[in-house]
Amino acid sequence: MQQRDSLFNTLLVATVLCVVCSLAVSGAAVALRPRQEANEKLDQQKNILDATGLAIGEYGVQASMLDMDQITELNGWISEKLVDLETGQYLEASADELGKYDMLEAASGSDTSVSIDNRTYNIGEPSRPKIMKVFFVEEPGSNRISQVVLPVFGKGLWGTLYGYLAVRSDLNTIQGLTFYQHKETPGLGGEVDNPSWKAQWEGVKLFDESGAPAAMVAKGPAPTGDQYAVDGLSGATITSRGVTNLLRYWASDDAYGPYLDTLSNELASSTEGAN
Amino acid sequence: MSRKASDVLVDPLVNNNPIALQILGICSALAVTSKMETSLVMSLAVIAVTACSNLAVSAIRNFIPSSIRIIVQMVVIASLVIVVDQILKAYLFDISKQLSVFVGLIITNCIVMGRAEGFAMKNGAGLSFFDGIGNGLGYGLVLMFVAFFRELFGNGTLFGIEIFQLDRNGGWYNPNNLMLLPPSAFFLIGLMIWLIRVWKPEQIEEA
Repeated sequence: MQQRDSLFNTLLVATVLCVVCSLAVSGAAVALRPRQEANEKLDQQKNILDATGLAIGEYGVQASMLDMDQITELNGWISEKLVDLETGQYLEASADELGKYDMLEAASGSDTSVSIDNRTYNIGEPSRPKIMKVFFVEEPGSNRISQVVLPVFGKGLWGTLYGYLAVRSDLNTIQGLTFYQHKETPGLGGEVDNPSWKAQWEGVKLFDESGAPAAMVAKGPAPTGDQYAVDGLSGATITSRGVTNLLRYWASDDAYGPYLDTLSNELASSTEGAN
Repeated sequence: MSRKASDVLVDPLVNNNPIALQILGICSALAVTSKMETSLVMSLAVIAVTACSNLAVSAIRNFIPSSIRIIVQMVVIASLVIVVDQILKAYLFDISKQLSVFVGLIITNCIVMGRAEGFAMKNGAGLSFFDGIGNGLGYGLVLMFVAFFRELFGNGTLFGIEIFQLDRNGGWYNPNNLMLLPPSAFFLIGLMIWLIRVWKPEQIEEA
């Protein structure tokens, strides 16, 4: 009994226990990593289907309720391209390069990112990738782009919100906004996941008449007839402000602005061609 | 102290229910019970953690120096919770997203710690294992009871299957939104404790 409480034994038990437990934890983390990554990827695809309203539009349910075949089918309508944000031009990329593109990696790499210095819309992040992967929705048979999906991110209260902003082909009307990863308080800021709150984004205008980013989360209920605002999240002022800032930052000329100009020319010329 | 495995397994269900009698682990019972599905997964996670931590703590109880016994139990429990969280993320991703922080918070669930310190430190490994399952089941029973009423009256469904057709979908049932909010779990747990104490008056504490 005395030996059990000796200093040596205490240190021994503590050491052995720590080693065994860390092996168990790291073993589980490493062994399950591939499955978790596949799940995260699938989850991002589902978030795109929700942001674009394709899941609701085609099957009348949230993307999380779809089966694999339906997800694969809807994903077939979505294509992706890499964009250099500074010039607003597309980059040539093979399917392999597209698949390997990792936004988080690009945002932290010293030669793949630029520091963010935007005093008007502070998203609380030190840097953003130079290159972003954007998505297009092309409904089968229509042969024209109906929506563009822009990845966005920015700080909320506890951490960064990562999401997708789907914009209709007028490049001004929001189709939807979803966040696939965030650390906001469940029940307060976490309500950014609430389907009825998200549904309010449909039809909200991203830019005001002068072309400045204007979409926002109101404080309290959105004023009636305000085409730029959705209701605030009660008890989540900082999350609401974070969402406003990230939307306006990413719509600004510092981020997707130049690319949206390119895209609007491209869409205009393709419509002329079709006529 | 010659208790049978069947006793320690069945006792915590009603006679010594961790939530209803010991009033432990209330926090997650409020947070995750708006749906049957999340409650079921949460219950299974707690059963697995309580059973395994009891088993592990009991197996090494003769080696644990008393000066660091609480921290040893904590390390065992925390490791098990992380493993469970990883498994959920790999195999039940959607549900693990809905449970969000509450899986991690099993670490602080008083039931797990309470059983490790109060039972596993004094009893054999096999018996402790069943005690863990029993207490996990007792917790799960309350969760399922609360979730049944919250999902049925708050959303008209059970496990996502429509039972009452909602008026917004052209049916007759006007859902009670209070049921979807955490306070309703307080009312339901209160009612459940009341019912149990009417049935088993010996649980009533001296005023």
